[in-house]
Amino acid sequence: MKVKVNGKEAYFTTSGREIDQSQPTIVFVHGSGLTHVTWVLQTRYFAFHGFNTIAVDLPGHGDSEGPPLKTIEEMADWMATLLNVLEINKTSYVGHSQGCLVGLEFAYRYADKLDLLVLINGSLSMKMNPELLQLALDKNHKAVDLMMDWVHGPLGQVGGHPVPGLSHIGMGNQLVSANNHGTLGIDFGACDKYENGEIAASSITQPTLCIIGKHDRMTPKKVGIELARKINNSQQVIIEDSGHMSILETASETKNLLKKFFKENS
Amino acid sequence: MTDPKTFKFNTKTLHSGHQPDKNYGSRAVPIYQTTSYLFQDTDHAAALFNLEEGGHIYSRISNPTVAVLEERVAALEGGSAAIATASGMSAMMLSLLTICSAGDHIVASSQLYGGSFNLLRLTLPRFGIETTFVKPRDLEGFKNAIRPNTKCIFGELIGNPGIEIMNLPEVSKIAKKAGIPVIIDGTFNTPYLCNLFDLGADIIVHSLTKWMAGHGTSMGGCIVEKGDFDWKQGSKFPTMTEPYEGYHGLSFAEEFGPAAFTMRARAEGMRDFGPSMSPTNAFNILIGIETLSLRMDRHISNTAIMVEYLSSNENVTWVNHPSLPDHPDHEVAKKLMPNGQGSMIAFGIKGGREAGQAFINAMKLTSHLANVGDAKSLVIHPASTTHSQMDKKSLELAGLTDDMIRFSVGLEDMEDIINDFDNGFRASQKPRLVASR
Repeated sequence: MKVKVNGKEAYFTTSGREIDQSQPTIVFVHGSGLTHVTWVLQTRYFAFHGFNTIAVDLPGHGDSEGPPLKTIEEMADWMATLLNVLEINKTSYVGHSQGCLVGLEFAYRYADKLDLLVLINGSLSMKMNPELLQLALDKNHKAVDLMMDWVHGPLGQVGGHPVPGLSHIGMGNQLVSANNHGTLGIDFGACDKYENGEIAASSITQPTLCIIGKHDRMTPKKVGIELARKINNSQQVIIEDSGHMSILETASETKNLLKKFFKENS
Repeated sequence: MTDPKTFKFNTKTLHSGHQPDKNYGSRAVPIYQTTSYLFQDTDHAAALFNLEEGGHIYSRISNPTVAVLEERVAALEGGSAAIATASGMSAMMLSLLTICSAGDHIVASSQLYGGSFNLLRLTLPRFGIETTFVKPRDLEGFKNAIRPNTKCIFGELIGNPGIEIMNLPEVSKIAKKAGIPVIIDGTFNTPYLCNLFDLGADIIVHSLTKWMAGHGTSMGGCIVEKGDFDWKQGSKFPTMTEPYEGYHGLSFAEEFGPAAFTMRARAEGMRDFGPSMSPTNAFNILIGIETLSLRMDRHISNTAIMVEYLSSNENVTWVNHPSLPDHPDHEVAKKLMPNGQGSMIAFGIKGGREAGQAFINAMKLTSHLANVGDAKSLVIHPASTTHSQMDKKSLELAGLTDDMIRFSVGLEDMEDIINDFDNGFRASQKPRLVASR
């Protein structure tokens, strides 16, 4: 689906379902350089089990018009504007990686709009390796290759995608490469600059679930635990077999954690 | 900056797609010889059927052993996804029917395996899908053949059996301009000799039966999707973009992005046509792939020996292999496949059809059969076998002549194959000597 946000086309998927204002809503916000496609093994379930699911493409990603937004704060504001356009007053928020920083800032700025919060493979800040950041800003494909290496845990590197026939690294590579607005570099830059994580996390009162990948090299386990500890009403779960892509590497386990969390807190 | 530590080619041939079994620690890929899979509960079953969750339902649609093979081939090709099928022909059929419907049109190279040619020329027209054939070197011909209802260009990089090389980068430019994908049969090159995606293919199909499996034991095919074709441009590909009633309004391009083609092929094609690969065949093919690099190196070095032998043989009227400087596609072939231009040789035998038959009948070590890409050396006379169902005009279009022998170079010591060929040539010339008295 496409709507106009700030005068530009914004794309999101509802898994083919109409938005029903009588149902609770969950928004899903992807990581750096990625798109809504990363959520397919979570969103389709909730879309067919009593929720409106809105998996967005942030500006300059996937099918949303560019340019990409340059700060996490702008992304949080964009999410709030999108919800206003869709006339959704309250939503739960599920973010992955960079989407967690956007989630922290969204919770900080728009607490009244937030119901439940899930942060997957997140951290309070995401300082980038300067060389990786420069490669991405230079639109050097090596940045994508390095990202594919670092985001996948030992099992994700080998394969064993939950959907038969799909390749973790091949899919990820194409998703990131398809964003041709210099998106990855701008995203990495936004993550690198974001400094309000601690303040934002401390302000959150909504029930929050933090999902952490034991083998995550982008946002290592210890920073995931640190994030969870900063949020008062939070719980943390460490997934044994996951790297940074828990939503795909351990898709079912992640989905089941979400199901349990939403059931317990609804 | 450090380089990415993702697996290199040889490591992928051995490991990609397989997480060792957690229950028993099996290092080899287990053969899951089962038709179906227990559901945890009704919720889980419903989620699998509605593509809300990954997993296996029924082995016609997917199977854990076959899935390892699919991921391995996807990794070797650098694709986003792959789907294995019962044979190379079913891979071709499934790839075309995933995007083509009645009233659609295909542009295809005229240099194709006989079965592929017949599928396009005779069978698909019965379902309202027409094909225009173009000689693989005729770039202008590809351009001119494209119509508003054309859904893809189909071809083989190394044409069978004429061994013409398609200038894929140039054909790909034409397809991109027209907004249609290029589907390439990569059986003869395998991912070891070149990366077809880098050369411009959007979809690769394989007969895994051949060099990939490598031992002539198991049938299998595979489709690999690169993942960057824009199905959403215009309204040309409704099977990718329109809500599909079969899955509650699912749009494959929207939900699965870089794997949209594979997901549609599996969800619809495997469900409705059912050309599934057996898990035992997948296991055998996986074992074959483990030695792909080693075998291909040997195939290529043996091919060089045999090209030299045939080129200097007085009983041979012509030799066709892209490594030869006088091959019309020599330069293109060297550029596209710098590490070897395949292990298929075609040659003409002095004395035409009769001499060819005598040569083949005299073979003791080299096998006379309808296959290629075996570890063993193989020969056949295409005009009377693999391409015998083609009429004279089609044979000409495919570059087939009566005197042509197709030779798939194996892994034996070539001295032994040369001895066999020497005997064959002696036998081939006997009838002519008698006749000339």
